[in-house]
Amino acid sequence: MYAVEMKDIIKRFGSFTANNGITLLVKKGEIHCLLGENGAGKSTLMNILFGLYRQDSGEIRINGKSVENHSPLAASRMGLGMVHQHFMLVDALSVWENVVVGLEPGGFRIDRKESIRKVQELSDRYHFELNAEEQVGNLSVGMKQRVEILKTVYRGAEIIIMDEPTAVLSPPEVEQFLMILRDMRADGKTIIFITHKLKETLAVADRITVLRAGKSVSTIEAGNASARELAGMMVGHEVDLEIERPFNEAGGAVLSVEGLRLLPNAASTVSFDIREGEIFGIAGVEGNGQKQLEEMIMGLIKCREGRISVLGKDVTKLGTRKRRQLGIGYIPSDRLNRALLSSFSLEDNYLLGKQFSDNYVRHGIVRHKAVKEAAGTLMREYDVRAAGMDQAAGSLSGGNQQKLVVGREASDEPKLIIACQPVRGLDIGAIHYIHEILLKLRKEGKAILLISAELTDIQQLSDRIAVLYKGEILAARKNEDFTEEEIGLLIAGHREAV
Amino acid sequence: MNLIHQIFSMNMLLATLRMAIPLTLASIGGVICERSGIINLGVEGMMLSGAFGAVAGTYFTGSSLAGILFALLVGGLTGLLHAVLCIRFHTRQSVSGVGINILASGLTIVLCRAVWKRDGLSETVKQVPGISIPGLEKIPVIGRLFRGQSPYLYITVLIVIIAWFVMYRTNVGLRLRVIGDHPKAAEAAGVNVTKYRYVSVVLCGMLCGFAGSYLSIVQSNLFVKDMVAGRGYMALAATIFGGWNPAGSFLTALLFAFAQAIRINVSLNIPEQLLQMLPYVLTLLVLMGVGGRVRGPQASGDIKD
Repeated sequence: MYAVEMKDIIKRFGSFTANNGITLLVKKGEIHCLLGENGAGKSTLMNILFGLYRQDSGEIRINGKSVENHSPLAASRMGLGMVHQHFMLVDALSVWENVVVGLEPGGFRIDRKESIRKVQELSDRYHFELNAEEQVGNLSVGMKQRVEILKTVYRGAEIIIMDEPTAVLSPPEVEQFLMILRDMRADGKTIIFITHKLKETLAVADRITVLRAGKSVSTIEAGNASARELAGMMVGHEVDLEIERPFNEAGGAVLSVEGLRLLPNAASTVSFDIREGEIFGIAGVEGNGQKQLEEMIMGLIKCREGRISVLGKDVTKLGTRKRRQLGIGYIPSDRLNRALLSSFSLEDNYLLGKQFSDNYVRHGIVRHKAVKEAAGTLMREYDVRAAGMDQAAGSLSGGNQQKLVVGREASDEPKLIIACQPVRGLDIGAIHYIHEILLKLRKEGKAILLISAELTDIQQLSDRIAVLYKGEILAARKNEDFTEEEIGLLIAGHREAV
Repeated sequence: MNLIHQIFSMNMLLATLRMAIPLTLASIGGVICERSGIINLGVEGMMLSGAFGAVAGTYFTGSSLAGILFALLVGGLTGLLHAVLCIRFHTRQSVSGVGINILASGLTIVLCRAVWKRDGLSETVKQVPGISIPGLEKIPVIGRLFRGQSPYLYITVLIVIIAWFVMYRTNVGLRLRVIGDHPKAAEAAGVNVTKYRYVSVVLCGMLCGFAGSYLSIVQSNLFVKDMVAGRGYMALAATIFGGWNPAGSFLTALLFAFAQAIRINVSLNIPEQLLQMLPYVLTLLVLMGVGGRVRGPQASGDIKD
């Protein structure tokens, strides 16, 4: 019997069809991976299953019972639970308060003892190693996720939907998470695991359903699948997962960072050089000082301790504009807040950051013709697909937005490129394209700082790798001198792995 | 020595408690409102409406109780107005709040004119009498706390205790705290966020109205235009400084009230104008001191969904 049957689900948003006749059959007690790129319709489908959206047509059965008048409340009554990608937790409250809210033991006056006992018991049963009375704000991301899972289990969920649960975890945390999934399966739970990561899918899934562009491509037994085959099904054509990084002679130092204190309580400061024609990769889970490093180098926040120099010139006290004029191209991690104005046209967005350049602005007046021409060239060169130059940047796909940003920052001959989370949220094709561009820029002799939470990015592109943990570089070596396992352990803060 | 005697006297304590009453009531209203995720800059106007409502109610019926009930009604209605604007129509919360202040200020003057044919003040009405608690009033020294005090004093203390208990010991309070920090989490947990918000904002309006009635028919016996005189903003400061906790609000309100009481009860060789500034300056200093440090409801002011 199937725990979940979704047949021919169609869901449109205006003229856009997010789900175009998707069928998903999930067996009871299995781990079922829902694999697909961003925009393939995974989240929409799951939101329909959980009752957050109503499908335009199609049938849903849960444990054989047809579902009418669906809502999140009805879903949870039918034993469905959802762990959202963005945690639904209140940092200021304790673990047990987060778990029991909405279904508190004891009625009006909460039975505190009973609440704590119940939550602790559940945590112990699945070896979550949580303390029910701990404040959630003090927990690591991995532990917070366990609280989220606990919330669904506490509400009696038998079928648990997990939306991109591993996106925020370090490699060892991912391992632990997969163990938890197996434990839960052994306990009889059914798990729907939404992801776009092939490795995890193959490691844990019983069966896999691949979605592409709003359609279900196929459902296969995990035992019969290979990464290459799955990637091909996701993208729709053969894909090259490998990228070649040819040898490149590195030149003189372009960026020097000395004794920079990224986090106030970091155990040590950070120092490194990046040379011409070199990609220096910063690996690590976000929140370990990446944002601070990015913003200190760009002069967006003050650095209280340490020195930053670009091409031998001390820029520590300079403002962002002066720094950029030295030849820094900047691909911010926060694309929609720092890199683009989503309601402005592509042309205006091209001008962003170049507004002081005589080429585009004379005597305070924008030279639209020059901007239009340059932006047009960029869009052709970098394959930015848009209806026209007047289109709002926010209406482009993530991949095209990022191509615009990368192209803009690579123009006007920068010496140094600060690339932060450059492929976040992009599909395989776009990721591949951005990777190629970064390697091309490297070949042209530009120094590149690559900050990415995706280990594959770092490993495929970097000449040298530094692992950032709690504001400290735990190890920095040539790419070849690290094993993947070593990096994984370092990312999780296991210093002894060095 | 004389000065110290003046400051730490029973008179000062009683004066502080009395002045803390309206601040406490309004600031607990603010706590409830902001915990539900809605910022309320309209406290001042809600209090003013309540002050007017209390006088009007007493004037027309001759009954203090009716005056108080009318103040609750009027305050609740201003709360409802804020709630509808913010929740139903997604008005900017600060705009709606300030709008209510301006509306209350103008409308009460117009109504004074309409009812009493006077500019900016009402006729005098009956004051709410003080009460004594038999037995307790006989205790030496502290007996004065229970002799001839306004019933508002005891009701306020009771409201502080109830509000604290509900906030931190009950399911309603837990849900409210979750709504203020993460409304989507509350929704996903099956909590009717919209209902909680309406109830909270209306309750806040009623508490503000009640606070306003204290100013017009307990401390005084008539309505005077803009008689709240910034106490609404002080109450808001107490909400923040008190860490969005009813008990914290009460303590902060006591601090502000203490500054007001000094102004009235202690004879200092300082120009009167400087003394009058004291409570306001203290409010500013307190806000500057804690502004960045207290952690309020994370999602307050944000109901875009």
